Amino acid sequence: MTERLFEGADWDFQTLQRITDACEEVALKDLGLDVYPNQIEVITAEQMLDAYSSVGMPLFYKHWSFGKHFAFHEASYRKGLMGLAYEIVINSSPCISYLMEENTATMQTLVIAHAAFGHNHFFKNNYLFKQWTDADGILDYLDFAKNYVMQCEDRYGRIEVERTLDAAHALMSHGIDRYPGKKKLDLRAEEKRAGRRRQHEEEVFNDLWRTVPKGAAKSRSAISIERRRKLLGLPQENLLYFLEKSAPRLAPWQRELLRIVRHIAQYFYPQSQTKVMNEGTATYVHYRIMTRLHQQGRITDGNFLEFLGSHTNVVFQPEFDDPRFSGFNPYALGFAVMQDIERIVTRPEDEDREWFPDIAGRSDVMGVLRDVWANYRDESFIGQFLSPKLMRHFRMFHLHDDPEERAGIRVDAIHDERGFRRVRRELARQHDVGFIDANIEVVDVDLSGDRRLILHHHVIKGSQLNETDAKRVLQHLADLWTYDVALIEVDGNDKVLREYVVSPRPIPAAVA
Amino acid sequence: MPIHIIDRRLNPGGKSLENRQRFLRRAKSLVQGAVKKTSQERDIKDVLEGGEVTIPLDGMHEPRFRREGGTRDMVLPGNKKFVEGDYLQRSGQGSAKNSGPGEGDSEDAFRFVLSRDEFVDLFLDDLELPDLAKRKIAQTESEGIQRAGYTTSGSPANISVSRTVKLALARRIALKRPRKDEIEELEAAIAACTDEDERTELVAKLEKLKAKSKRIPFIDPLDIRYRRFETVPKPVAQAVMFCLMDVSGSMSEHMKDLAKRFYMLLYVFLKRRYKHVEIVFIRHTDRAEEVDEQTFFYGPASGGTLVSSALQAMHEIVRERFNPSDWNIYAAQASDGDNSYSDGELTGMLLTDKILPVCQFFAYLEVGESGGSAFDLSDSSLWTLYERLRNSGAPLSMRKVSERSEIFPVFHDLFQRRETAQEKAAP
Repeated sequence: MTERLFEGADWDFQTLQRITDACEEVALKDLGLDVYPNQIEVITAEQMLDAYSSVGMPLFYKHWSFGKHFAFHEASYRKGLMGLAYEIVINSSPCISYLMEENTATMQTLVIAHAAFGHNHFFKNNYLFKQWTDADGILDYLDFAKNYVMQCEDRYGRIEVERTLDAAHALMSHGIDRYPGKKKLDLRAEEKRAGRRRQHEEEVFNDLWRTVPKGAAKSRSAISIERRRKLLGLPQENLLYFLEKSAPRLAPWQRELLRIVRHIAQYFYPQSQTKVMNEGTATYVHYRIMTRLHQQGRITDGNFLEFLGSHTNVVFQPEFDDPRFSGFNPYALGFAVMQDIERIVTRPEDEDREWFPDIAGRSDVMGVLRDVWANYRDESFIGQFLSPKLMRHFRMFHLHDDPEERAGIRVDAIHDERGFRRVRRELARQHDVGFIDANIEVVDVDLSGDRRLILHHHVIKGSQLNETDAKRVLQHLADLWTYDVALIEVDGNDKVLREYVVSPRPIPAAVA
Repeated sequence: MPIHIIDRRLNPGGKSLENRQRFLRRAKSLVQGAVKKTSQERDIKDVLEGGEVTIPLDGMHEPRFRREGGTRDMVLPGNKKFVEGDYLQRSGQGSAKNSGPGEGDSEDAFRFVLSRDEFVDLFLDDLELPDLAKRKIAQTESEGIQRAGYTTSGSPANISVSRTVKLALARRIALKRPRKDEIEELEAAIAACTDEDERTELVAKLEKLKAKSKRIPFIDPLDIRYRRFETVPKPVAQAVMFCLMDVSGSMSEHMKDLAKRFYMLLYVFLKRRYKHVEIVFIRHTDRAEEVDEQTFFYGPASGGTLVSSALQAMHEIVRERFNPSDWNIYAAQASDGDNSYSDGELTGMLLTDKILPVCQFFAYLEVGESGGSAFDLSDSSLWTLYERLRNSGAPLSMRKVSERSEIFPVFHDLFQRRETAQEKAAP
């Protein structure tokens, strides 16, 4: 005998409370989710537009580019070209979910299940988020950033601040550490280690080593290049970090601004790597919670049908020749793979036993899924868990477009026995940010000469940088570095394909 | 686990306003160009309603390192007939070409909606009132009073009760001053109490509460806030705009329309600079009269043409109602240029001696028939007269207009910021 959570489409704040409690019960008990405390905020369409323009964050420093996005979203929203999202959720602790006020009660339930439990669990448990983001500190940090930028504007002038931020934004996609950096050194541990090393040296000391002839000494220039690169921490792919630490003529506040932009880019980095998984997780969770609530009789059949309607829209995947097609829908793909995992775990077929010996028939669906959610990102997730059955279901095929090939675009593999693995590997690659973003790193600085900064772009599959954009970004980079910057595009055989050299623009006299 | 549900709908809106303004400031020249372009295509009324503008995306581009070209691989859903090793034509429909990732950001224009204020701002931004330096009479400044927040000291008349009570309430809550009903409750309990021990205990408690409430005053001098006022200098904030128009038979509807557009622009422009703008409509044939707007533009009239009559009327009105030391006076005259030959001398005299010395600005707009090329060939009698006056140093602005689309450029031209005009002339 359970009570209905709500009747019809209307809701008030008590209803929201009941809905959240009901969702929480299912999420924690049935699904075993582990979430940050929730904070649910109801907002208007205008506030949603505001949130859009500052990448969803509740507070952000001021910059014209956010105004541009706002103007753009507002125009398309007013014209009815664009609907607004039902919710926005923020990876913070407490986990903040923004709900639109015009959602119906059913939609609020869906959205709470989706954001406050699905995304929330993913944020708290996925290894990338754990490694790269600090959910407890992000809002404080944004607050700090906002105030800091404001102070800088007061002190150094809006135009100067804007110039630095523009440059930093242009380099934002290359302001990310892709690998965990060194751990902070702990003085005591270091001392211990040094002591042990000394002891080892003493123990194995043998004067005879002194008499062993050494190999040919390295040439002086080679040593100095190596030493220089080591001192500067090169090669370095985090351009913003490099500038912050090594650009010769930046003011301290400019370094701090670069740092802020870099930290924010880093904060969003896991999200771009886990789109499919993140949305897949949230969709799977809301689907499970809603179904459970319906089974318990807390949601009427009518409301459940309303839910199924929007759920189906969310996970709709148009085919490639459909005018609505714009790539794989992360909701559709993620949800499908997770449902498929559920099937493999509970009702495996022979094919599944062959492809997924580890999980086939393990019958602990949530255990397996929680493990997947915690330890994978899109690329590895698709690479491991996309099953032949699903590839057949989506009728996936792989196209290889070589501009040299006169005959046209080759169909390289399709959803058949010969193609499964290749299709899957290709799709996984498509979701690998390391593969999508241009691979650019600082390789050297001509310290003894004209201080020119030298970067390499390692070209993959002949795909070079867009010329106009590259020049503009390099201009920004040169302005920060304040000496010439050279970008060399090299292919896999170290052959130079193209070279850009950009000189910094003179700083207006009024500023200097 | 505690769940916080918060209603944010009442939060102040316009959080993105600042960013939006920054964007507009940055895109100013682009948006301004777009605004002018749009405004030529529209009616004045619509123009000033704001609306959608389109600027080239290029100017506001945020560059990133982007890769393009090379060999591409993609996995797509919805295979129907392809088998491994097939080749698809590149250009044909139904190939995957049109849906490949990385394409589709070829949008070259950026559209957005400007509010009315933003639109007018941008539209009139590079315009300036002419010759203000010339006349110091507009500078008789008076002082005004303006609210400026709260202060802890001031005259008793300025006590802000609501603010004071609010602070007092906050302080009482923070210091846990016993509430009145708490004390009353306790007193009632004492009255009802029969047991002696308990009674003494309650009385002691009551005493304590009373002492505390005495210690913590209901309103402390600390709480008191006064409204603060500031005096701000106020420039003369009123202007009068004289619209003079020839309504003789030779003025066609088209010409009147042109004149009307010009007057409206001038009005909007003045309105932004002055708090209070009055308009005086003077129409004339061979005699002048002050009329209301409807009659001015649409009332039928016929007769000869004596421009001097209008100037005389204006002079009288100025003398009666608009003292030049209190009012900024603007005048715009529209005519097809006809004037009876004998009137020329009188007109010139009135203008130079009576009208121009009191005006901030006098514009003469000669309107012609649409596409009237004959209009450009020989100068009209009025034009010739005014030109002579101007050449001899009278501060007159004059332009010829024959097409609707020329109104805006002419208006802009007249009110162009002076230093930019000089800059243009210098090199």
